[in-house]
Amino acid sequence: MLRTTASRLLANVRVAPKAFAPARAFSTTAPSFFASATDVSEKVKITLPESSFEVYNLEKPSLDLEFSKEEVIDMYTKMVTMRRMEMAADALYKAKQIRGFCHLCTGQEAVSVGMESAITNSDQIITAYRCHGFTYVRGGSIKSIIGELLGRECGISKGKGGSMHMFSPGFYGGNGIVGAQVPLGAGIAFTQKYLDIPAVTFSLYGDGASNQGQVFEAYNMAKLWDLPCVFVCENNKYGMGTSAARSSASTQYYTRAGYIPGIQVNGMDVFAVHQACKFAKEWTTSGKGPLVMELNTYRYGGHSMSDPGTTYRTREEIQHMRSTSDPITGLKQHIVDLNVATEAELKAIDKEARKIVDEAVKEAQASPEPDLKEFWNDIYQPGTEPKMVRGREPGESHYY
Amino acid sequence: MLRVLNSSTTSNKLKLASVALSAKRFYANQPPPAEGFLPGVADSKLIKRTSEEALRNPELASVSAANGATEKLNLFQAVNSAMSIALATDETAVVFGEDVSFGGVFRATSGLAEQFGRDRVFNTPITEQGIVGFGVGMAAVGHTAIAEIQFADYIFPAFDQIVNEAAKYRYRSGGIFDAGGLTIRTPCSAVGHGGHYHSQTPEAFFAHCPGVKVVMPRSPIQAKGLLLASIRDRNPVIFFEPKILYRAAIEEVPVCDYELPLGKAEILKRGNDVTVVGYGSQIYALENAIQLAEKKIPGLSCELIDLRTIVPLDIDTIAESVNRTGRLVIAHEAPKTGGFAAEITSAVMERCFLRLEAPIQRVCGWDTPFPLVFEKFYMPDMIRCFDAIKKVTEY
Repeated sequence: MLRTTASRLLANVRVAPKAFAPARAFSTTAPSFFASATDVSEKVKITLPESSFEVYNLEKPSLDLEFSKEEVIDMYTKMVTMRRMEMAADALYKAKQIRGFCHLCTGQEAVSVGMESAITNSDQIITAYRCHGFTYVRGGSIKSIIGELLGRECGISKGKGGSMHMFSPGFYGGNGIVGAQVPLGAGIAFTQKYLDIPAVTFSLYGDGASNQGQVFEAYNMAKLWDLPCVFVCENNKYGMGTSAARSSASTQYYTRAGYIPGIQVNGMDVFAVHQACKFAKEWTTSGKGPLVMELNTYRYGGHSMSDPGTTYRTREEIQHMRSTSDPITGLKQHIVDLNVATEAELKAIDKEARKIVDEAVKEAQASPEPDLKEFWNDIYQPGTEPKMVRGREPGESHYY
Repeated sequence: MLRVLNSSTTSNKLKLASVALSAKRFYANQPPPAEGFLPGVADSKLIKRTSEEALRNPELASVSAANGATEKLNLFQAVNSAMSIALATDETAVVFGEDVSFGGVFRATSGLAEQFGRDRVFNTPITEQGIVGFGVGMAAVGHTAIAEIQFADYIFPAFDQIVNEAAKYRYRSGGIFDAGGLTIRTPCSAVGHGGHYHSQTPEAFFAHCPGVKVVMPRSPIQAKGLLLASIRDRNPVIFFEPKILYRAAIEEVPVCDYELPLGKAEILKRGNDVTVVGYGSQIYALENAIQLAEKKIPGLSCELIDLRTIVPLDIDTIAESVNRTGRLVIAHEAPKTGGFAAEITSAVMERCFLRLEAPIQRVCGWDTPFPLVFEKFYMPDMIRCFDAIKKVTEY
């Protein structure tokens, strides 16, 4: 049993599986984006603004960080690709090809990309609704994400789940009951500690879910046993239609565990997210116990596709966030200022992202609906299931 | 999976052939048309489209005598109307839940905050266990707590509060305290595309729990009367609202304050040969199945019963019917194993064993999680219900 757990947690450490190629293969393709000869391993120094972090019962992380040009371009590429993917999902929903519930992370790209850039495949992530971006950065292909939304065979959960039910190695979903995923994250972290794996689990939830009792139950267990767990509150200011201040007695989410130190981060700045996650990994894996991290971010769209997102906040507010705090625009500015790439080179990346997403959408659309056998698969462990699953009427049963 | 009926006419055969050719596409968008019957509420004969029809109901006799005014409402508006009356007639009543002061995700509470104030109609954090526990506390003081759980699928975080606190408060305090003033409204059932956590129908979990009542209306008139009765009933009530009917079901609903009885099933159609039992949105699949069966099997007459309240179960009405017909078909969307149809089956067998002419048929959801892409395979649709009626008839 132990061996199984260990191998699951370590699977991504020992091998660099092919499934991860899309997310991690950028090193080989990066130079092609540069019009001129560029040394992609050349380092650039970045100093974060003082306002990037607020802390609770700990010292602020360093504001200085260093990236290779390649790493910066990788972040940019993932962010624009992710946004393009979500725009494609939006269009497919509006074209009635995606049905049901669909929660887009447009505006919150710096969170998943910044986090992924700071961790390795041995670190684990779990979240609730807005999960498309995490699925992508953890190695899920765009085709499999769009395919899931469309309910196709190529979908990452075989089309059985849809928007909030996406998973990839090292990414435990995508959960439909908000808050329920948080103690799961603590459990994953416990196995890391149990097996002495020097890795961390990021257990994410939104400002809306932050008030679920389970969150506090998980805080307590994590601190009691000093688990390498980072409780990440993705604060996008609104839990569905309710603003943070109307749902939470304290909106200082990073302080809400009391006995667990916390850090508040500008979640619209991918570099700040990177630095905070790197810091959090060092903290938790050095035996200091859990951390609470609040990532201040913003979703441009409504909670789901049926929410226009403008009844509980003003259009001006959304426009203001888009024009002053957009994570992609912000990163673009850094890239140009730091001479990492030119505007033209970035445009080429944008164009390429669009092409990649368009192709993935086409492939997903071409994928058939899943075979009916998938209807009965995955309910029980193969070989241990009941003899049959009963259907709608006595004569209709599926025999395994 | 497409089941072709035996006695298709030539034109139907042609139609079915073309369906078969494009079966894949059809499955993606809509269920194949069967024998010209479009399942659903839109053309239902059970829907009261005029004032006269609405008031012909003997249960509404006092309404028509007092004030016969009706208004055209869909199901969410009828629910809204009931809560509005409850708030107006009971100053201890409050309405709360996630996003309710904005009108709720299905608009069932829209306008209530403006009308009654935000101290009586308010948003809660996303905290289902907290919502129900809070309601139990209010009810323990004798107030009327009308809580909304945004989707029935989200009721499980509150399961402990319902099963262990709300349901047992009266019993475990020897009648000193109770949670009778608590009503939990929650949208349930399939909606065509909800997937795992927006489609479930969990009535059976609560039917197993002594101390709570469980109600599920089929239409706007029913919803208003049953909800008012549930709110005023001094037992905790879980009121399931089939979300697919929120906009689809439109009736002429009496404007005034009225209640429909809890624990009383309604015979929607009289018949002699087969008793057909359901509740909520499943009623419309059954109505269509009966139409089809009566057309296909000349002389057949089916009796359709809407349970309306799952607990208390009106077993008398069902047993009386089955003793006449000798045949019973029960249908619900929840999975078959441990589903409420099993309870009805067993109770009917206790009372009607010697009168049964055929094994009782249950037409239910599959014993699988509720799948996104396979929803149409999962549903106990009209054709399945028809098959069951046919089967008991031919047994």
